[in-house]
Amino acid sequence: MFYREVGQFKTNYTADSQVFPILQDKLAIIAMLVIAFVLVPAFGGEFFLKSIMIPFLIFTLATIGLNILVGYTGQLSLGTGAFMGVGAYSCYKLTTIFPDVNIIIMVLLSGFFSAGIGILFGLPSLRIKGFYLAVSTLAAQFFLEWCFIRIEWLYNYNDSGAIDSLPRTAFGYAVSGGAANHVAQYFVVLSIVVVMTWIASNIIRGRIGRSWMMIRDMDIAAELMGVRPLYAKLSAFAVSSFYCGVAGALMVFFWLGSAEVESFDINHSFLFLFMAIIGGLGSLIGCYMGAAFIWILPIIIRALPEALGLDVNAATVEHINFMMIGGMIIFFLIVEPHGLARLWQIAKEKLRTWPFPYS
Amino acid sequence: MDILYNILIDPFVQMGSAPDFFLQVLWSGFVAGTLYSLIALGFVLIFKASGVFNFAQGIMVVFAALTLVGLYQAGVPAWGALILTIGAMYVLAWLVERIVLRNLVNQEEIILFMATIGLNYFLIGFGEYVFGGEPKPMIAAELGLPTGSTTFEPFGGIVIIEHLDVAAVIMAIVLVTALAIFFNKTRIGRALRAVADDHQAALSVGISLNQIWVIVWFAAGIVALATGIMWGAKSDVSFALQIVALKALPVLIIGGFTSIPGAIIGGLVIGFGEKLFEIYWGGLLGSGVEGWFAYVIALIFLLFRPQGLFGEKIIERI
Repeated sequence: MFYREVGQFKTNYTADSQVFPILQDKLAIIAMLVIAFVLVPAFGGEFFLKSIMIPFLIFTLATIGLNILVGYTGQLSLGTGAFMGVGAYSCYKLTTIFPDVNIIIMVLLSGFFSAGIGILFGLPSLRIKGFYLAVSTLAAQFFLEWCFIRIEWLYNYNDSGAIDSLPRTAFGYAVSGGAANHVAQYFVVLSIVVVMTWIASNIIRGRIGRSWMMIRDMDIAAELMGVRPLYAKLSAFAVSSFYCGVAGALMVFFWLGSAEVESFDINHSFLFLFMAIIGGLGSLIGCYMGAAFIWILPIIIRALPEALGLDVNAATVEHINFMMIGGMIIFFLIVEPHGLARLWQIAKEKLRTWPFPYS
Repeated sequence: MDILYNILIDPFVQMGSAPDFFLQVLWSGFVAGTLYSLIALGFVLIFKASGVFNFAQGIMVVFAALTLVGLYQAGVPAWGALILTIGAMYVLAWLVERIVLRNLVNQEEIILFMATIGLNYFLIGFGEYVFGGEPKPMIAAELGLPTGSTTFEPFGGIVIIEHLDVAAVIMAIVLVTALAIFFNKTRIGRALRAVADDHQAALSVGISLNQIWVIVWFAAGIVALATGIMWGAKSDVSFALQIVALKALPVLIIGGFTSIPGAIIGGLVIGFGEKLFEIYWGGLLGSGVEGWFAYVIALIFLLFRPQGLFGEKIIERI
């Protein structure tokens, strides 16, 4: 009744090709932005911002990166963690070499390094696909992990082998390092994620994105229609790794504060794959939903026994958490293999005609 | 020139000057290769019959070994524990078929793959919940596995061969032979091959897919148990094993996803290659190359033979 396109006429092509053609969608997105930019920092405490919102946004960004590759281009990748690592380590190096430059510029620049490495390890995709490609991205994962440990130059020869978030400023505010303000950090992360989501949605709608989807749906047909697989696949690897790299840099400098190679290991790669699949392959809103589901659900599970007054030790909760996630993944795949985004779409379809069965 | 000398000549000089050590390295590569083959075998069994890329094979190894050790620690005699564990693997296979596979029939490969990752997580949580996360010693002696070692003295040096390793190799050979006979000579084995060839054709001649899947997952469970026993006896039984199990992926690439002999040869290639490279060339790059070397071999293989050594040739343009 409230959510419908009746009466919203489009009189030119620009209006017809908008991202959100329906007024209600526009209002909803504005409301979401207001909540994210005003209400959350105003009323959310430090725990909420630092432990829930910031990691959620960073994971969303990495999931968008992965989804571009897996969901839109159809190239299965298990190396997300390592590509994030490339971003994180290059950001660390850049900001130690140029300490006075705005950290946000460094974060974005480090994405380019990650994109370069992504192209390099994307080369096998020109000859292989499917699980074979997955194994070749595993090679990237393990090789890069090894580099992060063995190449001491990457972490400035310090003894711990970890990279620390150095105190850096952006526009006069301390945003990283020990003295950083969590609200400022939140704003930086949120802005980057929102802007990059917007860019992603436009890339996907544009020529490049459509060539990715053609490759995904049927590579031979795409090639016959003039899509060059070389450019399409490698550009997907580049853009995807760029997003992952920026997410990795954000993760170290705006969330963890200090990171070792464990923060970029294979388990993280799987985590992002879960987020992409649970959220819905080939959907940007799905990335948000998947990241929220996988990141926030365990927090709720951990907090639940205490809230209910049960005395369960932490290890048991952790095990139950694992079982729950595993079970949920299987459950979701059975019930809705296209993820939360599909559920959301079905809900919207229902809303259009509600409360009447037909319209 | 120094670098070229270090890469091309020096390792061979080392091999020649200490042949006993070279033999020792080869032997350890052989044993590691056998274990990789065993894990890969589990993957291949399931992939052949159901087209599912079973990511949970690694955790099945850990789970089987943990069940065995856990039952023994709970007071069940060793052989009883072994039989009960085999029973547990059957129940697991049945549950997987019933709850996961049956509901996901006809889904895309990636969905099934993700489902096995979900299974992987579930089994990690379940295993740790029931048996605890700390590493446990494998009950090798209680199961009648030999523990001593024999020292040979070829070329005036010494080569130590652990009896356990010999047992592992013999067990692998027995297992593979048994599976080969099972696949080629029995009624169920023929049904399995039929399913592997074509699901629909197999269905139409009256083979029950569900039953076949249970059998295949059960066979993979038995292979996992054998792998778990041998690997657990070499190091302890812990969840770290599942990362090692990922090494089975490059093994599969080299051997081909659908070939049992391929899994064995691929395992040996990776085992030998990894150990030799680590010992003789690893020093040039700093140690720890074992972690990624297998994947890089696989990557190089992919560029020249994407279907693996023995895989079915898929004529496909990419």
